[in-house]
Amino acid sequence: MALVLTEEQLMLKESAAGLLAEKAGVAQLRALRDADDALGFAPDVWRDIAGMGWPGIAIPEAYGGLGYGYTGLGLVLEQAGRHLSPVPLQSTVLLGATLLNELGSEAQKQALLAPLAAGELHVTLALQEGPLHAPEDTALRAEAEGAGYRLHGSKCLVLDALAAQQFVVIARTSGLPGDSAGLTAFLVPADAAGLTVERRSLVDARGVGALQLDAVQVPADAVLGDVDAAWDGLSRSLDIANIGLAAELLGIATEAFERTVGYLKERKQFGKVIGSFQGLQHRAAELFAELELSRSLVLKALQAIDADDPQLPVLASAAKAKLCEVAQRATNEGIQMHGGIGMTDEYDIGFFIKRARVVQHCFGDYNYHLDRFARLSGF
Amino acid sequence: MSDLEKFRAETRAWLEENCPSAMREPVRGFEDLYMGGRNPEVDHPDQPVWCQRMAERGWTVPHWPREYGGGGLNKEEAKVLQQEMARIGARRPLESFGISMLGPALLKFGTEAQKQEHLPPICRGEIRWCQGYSEPNAGSDLASLQTRAEDRGDHYLINGQKVWTSYADKADWIFCLVRTDNSGSKHEGISFVLFDMASEGVTTRPIKLISGSSPFCETFFDNVRAEKRNLVGEEGKGWAIAKYLLTHEREMISGFGTAPRTSLGSVAVDTFGADASGRLRNGILRHTIAQYQLDALAFGATMSRVGDEAKAGQGLGAASSIFKYYGTELNKRRNELNLAVGGEPALGWDGDVYEGGATSRDWLRSKGNSIEGGTSEVQLNIIAKRVLGLPD
Ligand SMILES: Cc1cc2nc3c(=O)[nH]c(=O)nc-3n(C[C@H](O)[C@H](O)[C@H](O)COP(=O)(O)OP(=O)(O)OC[C@H]3O[C@@H](n4cnc5c(N)ncnc54)[C@H](O)[C@@H]3O)c2cc1C
Ligand SMILES: Cc1cc2nc3c(=O)[nH]c(=O)nc-3n(C[C@H](O)[C@H](O)[C@H](O)COP(=O)(O)OP(=O)(O)OC[C@H]3O[C@@H](n4cnc5c(N)ncnc54)[C@H](O)[C@@H]3O)c2cc1C
Repeated sequence: MALVLTEEQLMLKESAAGLLAEKAGVAQLRALRDADDALGFAPDVWRDIAGMGWPGIAIPEAYGGLGYGYTGLGLVLEQAGRHLSPVPLQSTVLLGATLLNELGSEAQKQALLAPLAAGELHVTLALQEGPLHAPEDTALRAEAEGAGYRLHGSKCLVLDALAAQQFVVIARTSGLPGDSAGLTAFLVPADAAGLTVERRSLVDARGVGALQLDAVQVPADAVLGDVDAAWDGLSRSLDIANIGLAAELLGIATEAFERTVGYLKERKQFGKVIGSFQGLQHRAAELFAELELSRSLVLKALQAIDADDPQLPVLASAAKAKLCEVAQRATNEGIQMHGGIGMTDEYDIGFFIKRARVVQHCFGDYNYHLDRFARLSGF
Repeated sequence: MSDLEKFRAETRAWLEENCPSAMREPVRGFEDLYMGGRNPEVDHPDQPVWCQRMAERGWTVPHWPREYGGGGLNKEEAKVLQQEMARIGARRPLESFGISMLGPALLKFGTEAQKQEHLPPICRGEIRWCQGYSEPNAGSDLASLQTRAEDRGDHYLINGQKVWTSYADKADWIFCLVRTDNSGSKHEGISFVLFDMASEGVTTRPIKLISGSSPFCETFFDNVRAEKRNLVGEEGKGWAIAKYLLTHEREMISGFGTAPRTSLGSVAVDTFGADASGRLRNGILRHTIAQYQLDALAFGATMSRVGDEAKAGQGLGAASSIFKYYGTELNKRRNELNLAVGGEPALGWDGDVYEGGATSRDWLRSKGNSIEGGTSEVQLNIIAKRVLGLPD
């Protein structure tokens, strides 16, 4: 496939940039943070976004989506990264819709994907239990009881937890922590008895929470896909999610970089604009080259999702690892090259470094994915 | 069957029949590259045979127009040819500065007569070219070159010195930057001329490189005659041509950055072994290799993307500088890792046990990649100024 955007994709990118800049930009994020908003996004803005059809962007048309594929969603996520848009695209669309689509039965997809595509249903993943992403280590237990199951355990880093009506909870139905077999995905409604949703506050000021499940009872048809066999679908969903997050990181890094270059052209010291100093010029030029490489890798990985490429796992880890590295460098340089003003809360550049680190961490950071990239490459 | 599929089938059959088996062996070093010329260096008798067979079809330079000796292939067909050659491991039949550098400049700036005269012999591998740009006092600051060309009516008389002229002692002709006027700014008054290296007054003195070979020379011009019909473009306006040619040179050099087929990680596992989880034993080395392989993958994707975008009419400014910078730095990283993974044998300099020191010599030669064709620092300057718009 040619590594190039089509006309349709370029238009989508433009319209995403326009809407997010106006309604869901850094100013809105700052306002939500300062108001200590529990949800972390504005429902009316989400309705506008739903009006554009973006929640259904990667959902097949048969289930009420737009069927644009993940390359389209990646473009929207890149713009969301650029504007640090406080919207539940990652939780509901990138993860929720993907998990339902990859793991769900026909009946589950019929029932859930259409309202999700319409922006009415929020579904989010509850996976992580410890300080780091380690899906095989899942310990949260689900015990068969009668016609259903009882779930015991806890989860953290649940994106947009307070907005979700349904959680996809990854639980252990057999085997031991460390086994990839024996995991099952359950759909757990937010109002289930025994479920506590606790709001958490991370550096990026976005909506996130932790779950406590005390003997939460769910029926047998709450199982998404097959019992003990969530791994393949989960793994593919995580590959897709990491590529989507790499697209977001591309947007964050590019925007932080462009703002920084803009500042280099304004700020004067020693009687000249600081952008004339070669010590800064070369660092900016190197970063520019890294961003171009990043863009290629993200596009290649997005296309691999849509093309059902067998290389998806290795490309997913490649894209995530590379973008973690480059976003980290771009946001660090962003602060450094702004000097003292970059350290102030009043100035926006700090929002980029904070969001970047959370996205880097989610579902495996640089260390996790570079290790996985090497393993999948045979060494 | 579509036209392209038909083309593929025919190409496959023709290559099977015509590519000598020795020309399907992997390229081990520079001596395996065939450069052609009046007195070609022939390492294997099949090299000129393969070159001639391909040249008859115009496939030494598949994308040039047929009337100048090229294959007249469009981008899709050229890609198919490349894929079919890769399929059987066919070597490129001919490598030359005529193909990678002079040709594109002549196609854009040359007169019809110049194209007719100079391009077909390039395609047939009959004339080998060298590049007379750098001088002792004009390296990165190329525009301060001082080799003089005096107007003598129908010809120029050339005096001065070039340096680092790759293969000057082997080449038949030179494309040379000379100063025809010293009165304006340094970018004005430069002219782009072509002349025969067999001309009276040309002397070359080979310079030995740290890698032990002597591919480049000091080149001296003492009252050398260059015909005016071999002035490319207007007199005094050669800088634009020089720069255009450099973008092609940079793309050629950055090609060294594309990842070789063998994965360094797998080689390292074979050498040092893996732990129970399949991970290379030394975690520090593993990390360095993984970073390299990740960047090589991203670089390869970028080469493809920029090619595809150019076809779609979208473009990345200063792409050649990004490629030159990144590709050559990547190649240096690769060569350092070859030493790290290879160990003692990789440090061998001479003798059959060390394959003549191929690994260490390639490693040393790679250091020149980020110097030749404009240094890495110069490429970063270009990106900072032209792309990012940062001021002086
Ligand atoms: C946490 C904190 C506490 C501080 N406390 C104090 C304090 O108590 N008292 C006080 O007086 N000050 C204090 N400062 C100010 C501090 O000394 C300045 O921020 C610092 O000197 C940089 O100046 P600047 O912020 O104006 O950045 P600028 O000088 O504008 O620098 C911006 C960027 O340009 C780069 N740059 C500038 N000139 C060159 C050059 N010639 N070549 C290459 N790069 C260049 C810088 O390295 C930087 O990356 C504090 C700053 C911070 C962040
Ligand atoms: C293997 C090889 C083959 C070559 N083949 C040819 C050939 O066929 N024909 C030909 O004409 N030339 C050839 N060259 C010459 C090559 O183009 C020059 O070496 C190159 O342009 C650098 O010039 P220089 O060697 O004079 O280094 P200098 O320009 O003196 O540079 C020395 C150092 O200073 C740095 N520097 C210079 N200016 C700046 C700046 N403004 N900002 C920051 N850093 C700077 C450079 O990056 C470099 O690190 C070849 C060189 C090599 C190594």
